[in-house]
Amino acid sequence: MTQTNEVGDLEVADVLDTSGLLCPLPVYKAALSLKKLQPGEVLELICTDPGSLEDIPALARQRRDVLLAVDDQAGVQKFWIEKGENV
Amino acid sequence: MTDLADSLATISQIDAGPKRKRLALVASKGTLDAAYPPLILATTAASLGWEVGIYFTFYGLDILHDDRYRNLKMASLANPAGPIRLPNFIGVIPGATAAATKVMKRWMKRSRMPDVAEFIEMAQGLDVTFFACATTMGVMGVEEGDLIAGCDIAGAAKFLDYAADADVQLFV
Repeated sequence: MTQTNEVGDLEVADVLDTSGLLCPLPVYKAALSLKKLQPGEVLELICTDPGSLEDIPALARQRRDVLLAVDDQAGVQKFWIEKGENV
Repeated sequence: MTDLADSLATISQIDAGPKRKRLALVASKGTLDAAYPPLILATTAASLGWEVGIYFTFYGLDILHDDRYRNLKMASLANPAGPIRLPNFIGVIPGATAAATKVMKRWMKRSRMPDVAEFIEMAQGLDVTFFACATTMGVMGVEEGDLIAGCDIAGAAKFLDYAADADVQLFV
């Protein structure tokens, strides 16, 4: 996992914006979006809930997805999550 | 155990993959503020891919009661952390509970939080098991038809049998 926004050439299958939503909604909605993807596809997730910085890595760890990158700027966090094989 | 049985056991563990985690919750209170934590934890755990069951017992059973779950109240008496920060004795004044409930609902709406009915729908959509305490139903005269659809009526032993295999057990 890298703290970078150098993901320009990453192919994203879906983008989910949870701006303004609080726990548990970013995690809940991200899980629903990930369910629709195929293993190996990437979800770009946008959050503003400060808890998301810890919650989204926990979501990826528990679901066994791969958190490719995190970008945290001015209260807006972006996550790139690759759907795992076993979920 | 023989070598063969030993290796077969190892192979079956590999095939099964890591065991799915399980959360077992007890929801024992039926006030508006007490309804949220078990529903938030349940929908979050189910989003993480866990198997989740909530045992609704005593006043917690109101959260499954078809006529009551939309109208849960925020207790203003003996709840100094409630939304109306007044001396505790104010809580006995008629209308205090209704006012506190209204404020709490406004807060949740302003924060774009789902209400109790929406959380129940989210949980059911994620296959969270709702155990309705059989003893509470008997004591409080609640029939199966009084509950929302899809509840699993369970005694304490059945729930403990489920909770014994859980990775996390919490009482709310």
